[in-house]
Amino acid sequence: MEKSNMRKAYGQALLDLGKENEKIVALEADLGKSTMSNMFGGEFPNRYFQMGIAEADMASTAAGLALTGHIAYMSTFAVFATGRPYDQIRSSICIPRLNVKICGSSAGLSDFGDGKTHQSVDDIAIMRVLPNMKVFSPADANETEVITKAMADIPGPCYIRVNRNDVPLVTEKGAAYDGKVKCMKDGSDVVIFATGYMVWRALEAAKKLEAEGVSARVVNVSTIKPLDAEGVLAFAKGMKAALTVEEASVIGGLGSAVAETLIAGPAESRIPLVRQGMMDTFGTSSKEYEQLLEEYGLGIDDIAAKAKEALALA
Amino acid sequence: MSYDAKLLKYLKKMAAQVRVDIVEMIPPGKAGHLGGSSSIADVTAALYFHHMKVNKDDPKDPNRDRLVFSKGHAALTQYACLCELGYFDRKWLKEVKTLHGVLQGHPDMDKTPGIEAVTGSLGQGLSVSLGMALGLRLDGSDSRVYCVVGDGEMEEGQIWEAAMAAPAHKVDNLCAIVDCNKVQATDTIENVLPFANVPGKWAAFGWHVIEIDGHNFEEILAALDEAKTVKGQPTVIIANTIKGKGFPFAEGKAAYHNAAMSEEQFAEAQRLAQEMLEEADK
Repeated sequence: MEKSNMRKAYGQALLDLGKENEKIVALEADLGKSTMSNMFGGEFPNRYFQMGIAEADMASTAAGLALTGHIAYMSTFAVFATGRPYDQIRSSICIPRLNVKICGSSAGLSDFGDGKTHQSVDDIAIMRVLPNMKVFSPADANETEVITKAMADIPGPCYIRVNRNDVPLVTEKGAAYDGKVKCMKDGSDVVIFATGYMVWRALEAAKKLEAEGVSARVVNVSTIKPLDAEGVLAFAKGMKAALTVEEASVIGGLGSAVAETLIAGPAESRIPLVRQGMMDTFGTSSKEYEQLLEEYGLGIDDIAAKAKEALALA
Repeated sequence: MSYDAKLLKYLKKMAAQVRVDIVEMIPPGKAGHLGGSSSIADVTAALYFHHMKVNKDDPKDPNRDRLVFSKGHAALTQYACLCELGYFDRKWLKEVKTLHGVLQGHPDMDKTPGIEAVTGSLGQGLSVSLGMALGLRLDGSDSRVYCVVGDGEMEEGQIWEAAMAAPAHKVDNLCAIVDCNKVQATDTIENVLPFANVPGKWAAFGWHVIEIDGHNFEEILAALDEAKTVKGQPTVIIANTIKGKGFPFAEGKAAYHNAAMSEEQFAEAQRLAQEMLEEADK
């Protein structure tokens, strides 16, 4: 199993973008070493703005840079990239649909040691609810590169959340971005919609389920907004039940997005659904990432059990 | 520095016209920000009608100077100036805050030609202006960015984030103007959240500070010209003003921060503004 790091992929993609397009600028709030946007800063110091530990100012300054025709990538930890400057993102960036690309780094529980103040459970929900905002949650380093680069061409505000830790590769390098949900493994009993690192874990869970005679389809949802509703409905069609898995609050997150889509679809799409993720809770500190994921029901066995729970509802 | 008498007379006249327009945008019985719009009317008139590079025929002209009202609730002043410059038809002045109208309750760059950003949620405009200043410098442009901040708005922490960041980035194409009218939405600043030594605060953060009477055109023009000569740091002009300036019934009163005028008050405001205009034209 080849592992790779989404932060490195983000930093490298940003650097590549900088080489291709002089309109790309980057802003940082004293965490450039963690977000790896410092790779861009090393090569393009004139286009790299250290804003200090002042995320509100960073967000509105990014808006100003976009207003002069630049494509502004602002990066910091996901909690500080979204919740802290929420109104700045809303008012300065989203209302005028400016070309600001927000990178929420160390997203979800991936900053396992730092605890609840540093673990983003609400970032997907609060970015998703903003009009004009697009929300991306890549499954691995390859997809992080694809989406980071695609954001430069997607007009308007974008939010990408990336994992802090080395995680397995599940997608191909250099794929073209199309915004569609992707079937990673086919199955016939239950469909698992997963996002981020949870895609690999859902695939592992599907292997376990297979051994127990349960056939699970695993779908990667890396573009959470705008959601490929057609794809979600197509992959849910004919399934007995559905499960969503995310390293974020199910309230407003992928779980909500899929539920909204299934309930609004044709009668046949209204299959039993279980949403697994952060169940209306903040995180906590842990010595190990795996241990923390298991604490919140995101262990591979937990995911397999939840799939069976969904099927039991059918 | 002394300025041509004709220029001063012209600006006085335009500032009076701006007040005429502001009143037109606040019909009787409809709430409008008379106080904070008229306190900054003279500075804004000096910017639009003389100091800034503007181009009504191409509102997005890359060579233009930018003006951002971080205190977005004073948009009526900006609307009046843009209207007088011909950015949009006069008929819209009577249609402020109407559905599908050009003139929103707070500045919206997508709706109003000549408006540069979205402001209204206080505290953000100075950071937006900083971003513009950085972007223009990056592009080798000699355009300048002006940002009007309210004195009550200085209670927002983000103002001080931007106040710290702008000198750190040595932006000398950025000029903030603090409209020190000493009154905020519900009461005087003294009664809401008193804070002392405004010029000293900005100086301590690394800004070149100029303090003026914000209703004296010679002082306004001299400050704007001085700001242009400052290198390696941003300038802040502390404009001491009177909330509701020109309308004695509203002057210095929080009640007219965003109030509806009666028929009588509206007629009085119209008369006062008209008299200012006639006086300036003498």
